[in-house]
Amino acid sequence: MADVTLDVWKDIITPENQVYRRTPVMTMKELSYCPGCGHGTAHRMLAEVIEEMGIQSETIGIAPVGCSVLAYEFLNFDMQQAAHGRAPALATAIKRLWPNRYVFTYQGDGDLAAIGTAETIHACNRGENIVIIFVNNGIYGMTGGQMAPTTLPGMKTSTSPYGREAILMGNPLRITELVAALPGTYYVSRHSVHKPGNVRKLKKAIRIAFENQKENKGVSFIEVVSNCNSGWKMTPVKSNEWMEENMFPFYPLGDIKVDGKLVREL
Amino acid sequence: MAKVKGAIVIDKDRCKGCELCVGACPFDVIRMTDTVNIKGYFFAEPYQDACTGCMNCALVCPDGVITVYSKKVE
Ligand SMILES: Cc1ncc(C[n+]2csc(CCOP(=O)(O)OP(=O)(O)O)c2C)c(N)n1
Ligand code: SF4
Ligand code: SF4
Ligand code: SF4
Ligand SMILES: [Mg+2]
Repeated sequence: MADVTLDVWKDIITPENQVYRRTPVMTMKELSYCPGCGHGTAHRMLAEVIEEMGIQSETIGIAPVGCSVLAYEFLNFDMQQAAHGRAPALATAIKRLWPNRYVFTYQGDGDLAAIGTAETIHACNRGENIVIIFVNNGIYGMTGGQMAPTTLPGMKTSTSPYGREAILMGNPLRITELVAALPGTYYVSRHSVHKPGNVRKLKKAIRIAFENQKENKGVSFIEVVSNCNSGWKMTPVKSNEWMEENMFPFYPLGDIKVDGKLVREL
Repeated sequence: MAKVKGAIVIDKDRCKGCELCVGACPFDVIRMTDTVNIKGYFFAEPYQDACTGCMNCALVCPDGVITVYSKKVE
């Protein structure tokens, strides 16, 4: 470890004074994500909740296809990788076979809202007792920044180089509002990880989601609106600003459905 | 009156130089260096003794490379 700190802090830096460290529920593997990518923080909040609930040995996660395909390398508990978009189907099977395990999927927007739309909608409609973490960066990050169903109107991607045009390419899909309308979802909430307060809120939401699963409440669905600075071709700081200005008006943060009841108009 | 003093430690060779911690710190404790780490990134380092241990920097660090300490002082 090559640590940088200040000499004047040497009396403060003791094990008793430690208030925050990378959770051991993540492995020490270096994340494969680009600098500043929200996937890392989303993973960490998930891992912190699993640490706090003491359920590391009872949790099974499903990794998607997308940049977070390697989530199983970074999350320090049982993981199974699914075919592209099929994570909710796999989670359904695993949860039904091991009802006393905590089962979640972790999926990008290309995975969950494009190729996996059918699996998403049917698992949510059936009300499978699982947690779905949906990281929406409005693009196919892994494959080189192609347009996704979630891409905003006018947004430039490698397959919409002049900007997404609704008449030609369709309107963006708010799949989170769509699943909130289904009877099988019990908790639906949208978050982000670009600021400390938002990171704290996301963690609370993930905790609620896993507590819901303990009580067999059905699907808890958490969207994390995130950046893809490589795909968006911006610095991490700029991408977060762009996200606030452009993504949040279309994907507003906050609870959409709580305890099985809509708390906002869809 | 009891006051809280904080401190941070950055695992510099795991830092990817994204600068998110710099913007998240309310007390301007962190800056970017002009030398690179083992991976070739300009890394983040604390440079001022104004830390309160609020954890903001550590929360937004995507790579989870910041450890935070805090202590009550008289
Ligand atoms: C069946 C199949 N079709 C297409 C691909 C190519 N592919 C890999 S990742 C991906 C999109 C990933 O985008 P997203 O889910 O948004 O994840 P991100 O990388 O943005 O986090 C695609 C289309 C594939 N691996 N398998
Ligand atoms: S390509 Fe985009 S989503 Fe993938 S790691 Fe890089 S910033 Fe993150
Ligand atoms: S813990 Fe708070 S005050 Fe200290 S460096 Fe981090 S953000 Fe700044
Ligand atoms: S947030 Fe983390 S990775 Fe980014 S510059 Fe700061 S210490 Fe480095
Ligand atoms: Mg994506």
